[in-house]
Amino acid sequence: MSPPSITDLDDLGLDQGGHLLLHRAVSRAAPGQVVEVRGRAPQLRVHLAAWCRSEGHDVEMAEGPGPVAGWIRPGRATGARWHGAERSGPELAERAPTRWGLAARGATVEAGGVEFPFPLNDRAVVWTDAAPAIYRQAAAAQWDPATAVDWSAPVELDDDVEAAVIQVMTYLVENENAALAVPARFLGRIHPHFREVVAVLAVQVADEARHVEVFTRRAELRGRPLGLSTVGGQASLLTLLEEPDFAVAHFLLSVLGEGTFLHLLSFLERHAPDPVTARVCHLALADEARHVAFGMAHLAAVLEADAGLRPRLAAAIHERHDALAQTAGLNREVFDALVVLAAGSWAPAALAEGFRRVQELSAEMDEGRRRRLVKLGYHPEEAAALSSLHTRNFM
Amino acid sequence: METLVMGAVAYDAKVVTIWDGFKQWFAANGLAFDYVLYSNYERQVEALLAGHVQVAWNSPLAWARAHRMAKARGLDVVPVAMRDTDCDLTSVVVVNASSGIEDVAGLAGRRVAVGAVDSPQATLIPLSYLRSEGLEAGRDFDVSHHQVGVGKHGDHIGGERDAARALVAGTVDAACMIDGNHLLFSAEGTLPPGSTRIIGQTPTYDHCNFTAAATAPAALVEQFRSLLLGMSYDDPEVRPLLDLEGLKAWRVGRVTGYAQLEAAVDESGFYDQEGHVAAVDYRP
Repeated sequence: MSPPSITDLDDLGLDQGGHLLLHRAVSRAAPGQVVEVRGRAPQLRVHLAAWCRSEGHDVEMAEGPGPVAGWIRPGRATGARWHGAERSGPELAERAPTRWGLAARGATVEAGGVEFPFPLNDRAVVWTDAAPAIYRQAAAAQWDPATAVDWSAPVELDDDVEAAVIQVMTYLVENENAALAVPARFLGRIHPHFREVVAVLAVQVADEARHVEVFTRRAELRGRPLGLSTVGGQASLLTLLEEPDFAVAHFLLSVLGEGTFLHLLSFLERHAPDPVTARVCHLALADEARHVAFGMAHLAAVLEADAGLRPRLAAAIHERHDALAQTAGLNREVFDALVVLAAGSWAPAALAEGFRRVQELSAEMDEGRRRRLVKLGYHPEEAAALSSLHTRNFM
Repeated sequence: METLVMGAVAYDAKVVTIWDGFKQWFAANGLAFDYVLYSNYERQVEALLAGHVQVAWNSPLAWARAHRMAKARGLDVVPVAMRDTDCDLTSVVVVNASSGIEDVAGLAGRRVAVGAVDSPQATLIPLSYLRSEGLEAGRDFDVSHHQVGVGKHGDHIGGERDAARALVAGTVDAACMIDGNHLLFSAEGTLPPGSTRIIGQTPTYDHCNFTAAATAPAALVEQFRSLLLGMSYDDPEVRPLLDLEGLKAWRVGRVTGYAQLEAAVDESGFYDQEGHVAAVDYRP
């Protein structure tokens, strides 16, 4: 039997933090070893007995005056809370148990916790090694809508051109609302063990919120009401929101939708009739490029783990196309507004040039989609066919 | 399958969580168990003696009444089990450190805060202790009750905390509470650390127990006791239940720790020998 370990509280009371010393002494005691408690706090003996009772330790109180208050014989429950505990990292788990809940990755998790509703807990489904770097870039690239745009820059457009800009902004806001809602729907379902993925999507949601703000602000800049929202456009976006599978939704939104939007935003920046429109499109474009990069990295990783996903993704494009076959697709108002915006005026020659530019944009979008699909392992012919089925609403 | 039905007093909303959890755990371990909640211990004890429940999770005062009522009827009740934290408690009499009151004799002519009228630990036992020291409540000092959760036998900590607050506020000269609550109130700041002094401490006494009526099916009661005693704090399924109920291990019930309270009940006339409620102005 080990001799008693001695803990001297000096004049520290158990009501003033002295319990920390007792906890440490008890947890360090060898099996069967007694902890001798010394101290001068006036109420130490009363509190020592009460503390030992609540902690499940036996205690023998010292009699008479003297520095020794009593002897603790640690109870069986000492340290029992951590029997069966698991360390949740630091390396990534192939499947993060839902019982790890919200614990920090790498924390020791007490056994017996409740199960958390994080159904997206397979590394193969959610993870990409690119996530940490993309998150770092995203965090570093945040901008403030109040200062990143010179809202006082001169915007002196013909009313008709201004109307076209407002219509395009109205359309962009609608689409950014979808781009915000889709990752938000999955955000709370991904196991926090994969925190970098959660972080990227969280920033993505915040990005889209800013885009909604700056596009709205540009539309309202001259005090005019916002433009039109069509049944066909919204039907197209609803199919994105309703997609239950994370990989499929990420594919449709980020690879195809936001991928297509890169060309649109670049087009708008290039042909913007005023500096505010050019700037807000420029800022959004940089964010969207990051979203597409993350989508591509995630899909590439998921496809590497599950080649069977490739035909499922292709089937999802077909299904979405079929679901939208009876809708008008991109509304005429938006298409016409793009032409006017690119033309810069209603002069016939300018409109011809604007029309040509929008046709070029459409070809660029198709080319970009095909390139990304090929990069994800689709045969060029299949990629071309799939790209042609993409929603006429762009997103 | 025969079901063991237990009574418990709903002193807090968590009581439902606790006994639902125990019910599931007992079921998983082969004991059909159910529980009935009462708003006060008097009703629960009467139900136990009437056979509405076979076991009651009793306060020490409820135990005192149950065995008085049983004895008067020629019956018997037994303590089945209790928490490790129910064993060997003490209550303390506390004054402000600067009060100049050095011992319990110094409380003569003073005002002493206690808990609810039916609190064993904050009222009945401390007042009996002061009586044993020669000070009779109402004659030698004034008593200030803090009637929180009357009928729940002091399970609600509010009465003791209010007594402690009265001491800090200076409206009383002393306050009575369990030793562990003096530590708790000091640590949480209700009593500023170092601002109070303990001038009296009762001998040790025991607290709650599961009381079984002699008419309860013996095999079921034994299975109940055996399952309780087998609950281990190591077991992650069981640990949350033990944490909620405030124990590390169950112990076999014993009657050796209730003499002080029995004496206090007799001295104060809280119950008569047949277990009738005799306390004046007690409205559970």
